[in-house]
Amino acid sequence: MKPIEGQRLDWAPLALLAAVGVAALALIGSPSTWVTLTIAGLAMGLLIFIMASGLTLVFGLMDVMNFAHGLFIAIGAYLAVSTLRLFSAAAGADSFLANLAAVMPAMLAAMLVAGLLGWFFERVIIRPVYGQHLKQILITTGGMIVAEQLIHVFWGPDLQPLARPASLRGAFIIGDMAIEKYRLIAVAIGLVVFAGMMLLLNRTKIGLLIRAGVENKEMVEAMGYRIRRLFVGVFVAGSALAGLGGALWGMYQESVTVHIGANMMVLMFIVIIIGGLGSIGGCFAGALLVGLVANYVGYLAPKVALGSNILLMVLVLLWRPQGLYPVSKT
Amino acid sequence: MIASLLSADFPRSRILAVALLAVFAGLALAPFLFPGTRPLDVAAKVCVFILLVASYDLLLGYTGIVSFAHTMFFGIGGYGVAIALSRMEVGWGAIAVGTAAAVLLSLALSFLIGLFSLRVKAIFFAMITLAVASFFAILASQLSNVTGGEDGITFRVPELLRPAYRVLEQPLLGVTVGGRFVTYYLVFGASLVLFVALLRVVNSPFGRVLQAIRENEFRAEALGYRIVVYRTLANCLGALVATLAGVLYALWLRYTGPNTTLDFAIMIDILLMVVIGGMGTMYGAVIGATIFVVAQNYLQEAMKAVSGALKGVPVLPDLFHPDRWLLWFGVLFVLSVYYFPAGIVGQLRARAALKK
Repeated sequence: MKPIEGQRLDWAPLALLAAVGVAALALIGSPSTWVTLTIAGLAMGLLIFIMASGLTLVFGLMDVMNFAHGLFIAIGAYLAVSTLRLFSAAAGADSFLANLAAVMPAMLAAMLVAGLLGWFFERVIIRPVYGQHLKQILITTGGMIVAEQLIHVFWGPDLQPLARPASLRGAFIIGDMAIEKYRLIAVAIGLVVFAGMMLLLNRTKIGLLIRAGVENKEMVEAMGYRIRRLFVGVFVAGSALAGLGGALWGMYQESVTVHIGANMMVLMFIVIIIGGLGSIGGCFAGALLVGLVANYVGYLAPKVALGSNILLMVLVLLWRPQGLYPVSKT
Repeated sequence: MIASLLSADFPRSRILAVALLAVFAGLALAPFLFPGTRPLDVAAKVCVFILLVASYDLLLGYTGIVSFAHTMFFGIGGYGVAIALSRMEVGWGAIAVGTAAAVLLSLALSFLIGLFSLRVKAIFFAMITLAVASFFAILASQLSNVTGGEDGITFRVPELLRPAYRVLEQPLLGVTVGGRFVTYYLVFGASLVLFVALLRVVNSPFGRVLQAIRENEFRAEALGYRIVVYRTLANCLGALVATLAGVLYALWLRYTGPNTTLDFAIMIDILLMVVIGGMGTMYGAVIGATIFVVAQNYLQEAMKAVSGALKGVPVLPDLFHPDRWLLWFGVLFVLSVYYFPAGIVGQLRARAALKK
């Protein structure tokens, strides 16, 4: 994140990321394995970041924790399934451009529908319960239950295979390193989203208002800005990104079940707690940390891998109880 | 007598009183009223879930904290007896050891989680408990040499509780008095005692402090109550009762596995039961759990009929598909959070109060 005047970029969490990488290299020993794992970790981390960024911003801005955020992920993934099926000819063709012509609509459809759904969700489900945490948790959980059942109604309860188009499969072989193509694409998309978000937040008026709103909502309102409208925008954008993340994650796993959303929910909570609730930079650092650690530990000590996220969260919170980048609320 | 049993917390609505009496009578006489294996299964499940939901109500309704780890404690209880009974010599000693170990583990875990995350906002606690519970569920399915993994553990119970055992040679009023009969009354009796104990807790001075914290945190703190201490205690107490409910359920099923205890779907069920029945009323647990468990077992048949009748109409048959019954409960849940935050019990009490 670009340091704001009078505020210095906190290097410690980034140094921690680097330290984790170096330590993993020392433990793994083989550089080629390390590169493969690191790319996988970055891809996973960036995908989680895409999905979780909206969640943390919505919380920072309006103090709303949406326990149904996973729903947008699930919707995105299911739309990717349907769209790729619709464009199966293009998706099956052996040319990168044709494949792109199938994947792009899938991603766009996922974003569009998830965004629209987010708008609806904010209006109908969340708006009546602003400022009431208990009800928010209950109502969004209830929304998730209903939505999961509706997905069953429209797509059926079975696991949906989601085959990646031909040119996104396979790996680049460089020397003795194997780097999956799709992971590179995921990293690229993730970085583009992150860069775009940073530009929006740090270089535009809207971004300024969002950052100001996270720190002090009343003051922004007192200046005459309609924070509610801003919030709806952030909510819709966050939902759309979750949809995109869901589509990408579905293709990453090559299959989709209705539990994809709930499963990611836990991971996203860990990420945004590690990062510091409401902090977008923290969400980025936390997502990368979780992605990398999950992949390294999965290779080094598969038995511990499942607990690594929780352990990581506990360790980070012992170090910084408010998360990597605490949000200063006034 | 009745007043002290109920801790002077009366139903305060004639319809509610009748409904509670009906549930009580139905459960107390279940082996006589509803002969057969499946109805008795349903009755035992209702008993266990009333207890489980009541202990959750202590947290959600009385203390105002949302925990997603309640099934974890439920599971710890189930796995405690299951592991003890499958490893040690089958007997009451093994049950005692398993229960004691499970209770200790639950208390330690709930204490740590409480201390760690109850200082801050309710949302933080909800997120942490969700993460811990999902981790625990994964752990249970991975440590297959201890927990039996996805298959769970099927175990033998002491002779008195075995289905083949006969207490009386002759059937009593046409009902075989055997191991199942004894187990059912063990489950029923223990649930009843613990439920009454919970009723006592929420109507004690301690319970009043919890409600004060729920209503106004700052004020309670300003009056000199350490809210972290009270919340953590409530959390431990809820976990303790949930663990015991897990023990009872495991003894009834003679099986413990991820699907009967740790599944997130059960956590959702508990939430539905407590909200639809009525948060912060205790009696809501009785009503909510009874309606939900009965619906879970018998509503599907009704929906099958509706779905069949709507054949040919697009989408609608799918909406009424027997597997979609949770959809309708979900809708009911959302509506009750908005419009009837005190659930069925709250509505009934409000109506009774209006009449007066």
